[in-house]
Amino acid sequence: MQDPILEVSNLSIRYPGAPADSVRGVSFVLGRERLGVVGESGSGKSTVGRALLKLLPGARITADQLRFEDLDLLALSEAEMLKVRGRRMSMILQDPKFSLNPIQRVGRQVAETYLRHFPVSRAEAKAKTLEMLAAVNIRDPERVHELYPHEISGGMGQRVMIAMMLLADPDLVIADEPTSALDVTVRLQVLNILDGLVRDRGIGLIMISHDLNLVRNFCDRVLIMYAGRVVETLKAGEFHKAQHPYTRGLLAAQPRIGGPRKPLAVLDRRPEWTEEQPA
Amino acid sequence: MTASLEIRDLSITFGEGPDAVKVLPSVSFSVAPGECFGLVGESGSGKSTVLRCVSLLTTIWSGEVRIDGRDLRGLPLKQRCRLIQMVFQDPYGSLHPRQSVRTTLAEPLRIHGLDDHEGRMKRAMIDVGLPVDFLDRFPHQLSGGQRQRVAIARALILEPALLLLDEPTSALDVSVQAEILNLLARLREERGLTYVMVTHDLAVVDHMCDRFAVMLHGEITEILPREAILGNQATHPYARELIAASLDYEGRA
Repeated sequence: MQDPILEVSNLSIRYPGAPADSVRGVSFVLGRERLGVVGESGSGKSTVGRALLKLLPGARITADQLRFEDLDLLALSEAEMLKVRGRRMSMILQDPKFSLNPIQRVGRQVAETYLRHFPVSRAEAKAKTLEMLAAVNIRDPERVHELYPHEISGGMGQRVMIAMMLLADPDLVIADEPTSALDVTVRLQVLNILDGLVRDRGIGLIMISHDLNLVRNFCDRVLIMYAGRVVETLKAGEFHKAQHPYTRGLLAAQPRIGGPRKPLAVLDRRPEWTEEQPA
Repeated sequence: MTASLEIRDLSITFGEGPDAVKVLPSVSFSVAPGECFGLVGESGSGKSTVLRCVSLLTTIWSGEVRIDGRDLRGLPLKQRCRLIQMVFQDPYGSLHPRQSVRTTLAEPLRIHGLDDHEGRMKRAMIDVGLPVDFLDRFPHQLSGGQRQRVAIARALILEPALLLLDEPTSALDVSVQAEILNLLARLREERGLTYVMVTHDLAVVDHMCDRFAVMLHGEITEILPREAILGNQATHPYARELIAASLDYEGRA
């Protein structure tokens, strides 16, 4: 793969006081592509995302390599990370209701990252903000700029978060369940906007989700995580070729429109899934 | 035991006169005994509100709700609880964190003065596929799927005829969702239970329900058989959009 943005090899993470590693031996390389990370609750998928931004205070992060472009993330100090977060690498969180500051106007929050990282005036930042709000299909950016988070809908809130994260033009965006809090109809609009922006700007995207349909339709490649490990990596179009029993179990457990009305297949969890797999 | 449900002109209005605001303009539908009826629509469309009205958790509605032909409001509380029970969306929020499963399940038995508590609780646990010794566990000692099983056991312990299911699997992982859906399907088959199920997932509707209503802004736009999903046979524009989006989402468009 030419020009990798992110190289992770043998990443392990242990939370303070935990008896075992929450993430074990995760390795992957990300280019200018959309990579999905799926798994059930507790599989460690969000922990991987947070570790990349070093947002796990107290946790022990070890890896043979954790390289983001020219930076060795493991060696960076907190002060140096502040220049990376939001500027070169940013994260879109699940629920705009909890991720936006309820007592600040939308425009000011979106502009904050830009003002923080670039030597620009407030007027220039506002112009950039309005442009970005328009880019995420907000029809009346001037008006939305002055609204508080409780005055906008969930779908619009999520688009505001996307605007906020893309404003500083990062090279890598980590989206952690970006549409789980949204209705199906709104979900597709938000995904299409995110997809368009990521493609146009050549951003690397890591999409963390528990939703197989979402990653299958919106990513190029998918890592499947189980109990802190990557058990399988699949091209999005090749889910039918899944080998690992966990992946196959997940696919079979999903009710499908037009599917047979037989009882759904239930996962038969095997202890050996948590063990080292031959690659 | 099984029961029919008939809802006619269910509405909620705030205020009076010309300033009155109708949040639920008028909902009417009927569910046959043993049927599984789905309610779908975007957040805020009123689908959970309908369940709350039928369970009388919300009482400020007008209109008529009949269970097996009997007026819901005319039924004494205890009798109503023996007929209708509800399972909530979030098993983390709907079980008392400081009550053991035994306490949770025993409470309705005590209120209703039923005999053989121990036997009924054991049977309820077995019915929902939990080990009997889980009776002495607390919610924090259970996984999300196990908690939802306890919530279903609590709903079933009074042997109701109608279960109101408010997004019973949307807080759960796919693999756990499959277990709960299988459980609900089996219980319905074994006991002829009638279900009214709120969900936002049309794949779940297609798997579980016989018919479903698409709601928008508190109104039912269209009632469709589940077969209408695959070919998108809806006629109302919103219902069409919702089904199209769901098909698209599954990569079937």
